[in-house]
Amino acid sequence: MADSDTVTRAAPDTVKILIAGGFGVGKTTMVGSVSEIAPLRTEEPLTEAGLGIDDLAGIEEKKATTVALDFGRITIGDDLVLYLFGTPGQQRFWFMWNDLALGALGAVVLVDVRRPESSFAAIDFFERRGIPFVVGVNGFYGEHPYPPDEIRDALALPDHVQVLLCDARERGSCRDVLIALLDQLIAVAEEAEGGGTLTRPGR
Amino acid sequence: MGGGDTAGRLVRPFALTGGRTRPSRADFTLITTVTAVDPPPTWATRPQPEQQRILRHCARPIAVAELAALLDLPVSVVVIMLCDLLEAGRITVRPPRPVSQTPDLDLLQKVRDGLGRL
Repeated sequence: MADSDTVTRAAPDTVKILIAGGFGVGKTTMVGSVSEIAPLRTEEPLTEAGLGIDDLAGIEEKKATTVALDFGRITIGDDLVLYLFGTPGQQRFWFMWNDLALGALGAVVLVDVRRPESSFAAIDFFERRGIPFVVGVNGFYGEHPYPPDEIRDALALPDHVQVLLCDARERGSCRDVLIALLDQLIAVAEEAEGGGTLTRPGR
Repeated sequence: MGGGDTAGRLVRPFALTGGRTRPSRADFTLITTVTAVDPPPTWATRPQPEQQRILRHCARPIAVAELAALLDLPVSVVVIMLCDLLEAGRITVRPPRPVSQTPDLDLLQKVRDGLGRL
């Protein structure tokens, strides 16, 4: 119809949060648990620049010619949509993280207690760039053998970074991790707005 | 999820961009939203089939990343085609909400409230 509804649906504002952590730590599971759509995947051809800095030794059989990015969506309202992006887990895809991190509200770093070292790189990345993040300890089979403070020590995390026990398969659990991140961001924003002292949100 | 089938695509992705690997503009991010201009400008030429697919998908606002996933094409390829469509006046583009060092309290509160409703 030519004179159809001229209800030009205004495009919503968009924001994003990154879900980071080592390979196989449950990033896509978490995205899927809270996303209103099944996680979508886009694949990028690996650039020569990326290949140059990557150590491809031992992974030739994977034919690493593309890097996959899984993401989900949460509609906050008519005018605001939140996207969750799982960062590529393998170290050789770090060059993509920079682009991804640009303009992100913050990040969730998922940690597998059985091999926490696989998430060191992600923690390091966000710390260096001053990108706010919380740590979600993904208890596999819902089990949490260590209390949060022990994990904080093991990861040498600063006091202002929250550590939350979670289950990436559970919607409510993932939601709570995201809310903790938002609370942390809000606390910092309130301080900035109040022009107050530069104390970090306590914990 | 796109078909990661071993058969591959019928058309190699960068064939759709005339061999170009870089967009003419740098302002398309993964969460930039694009919307087809409806009705199309009177001077518009007939779009190519792949462009037509894009226009169909963005009849309503859609983020670049979603568009790429739906089309099963790399984001970089989709962005080059979006640049062409933008230059042809066929789409409008809305950049993501800027996130600066001094965060927007209202925005954060809104996101938090939205998450609380999950």
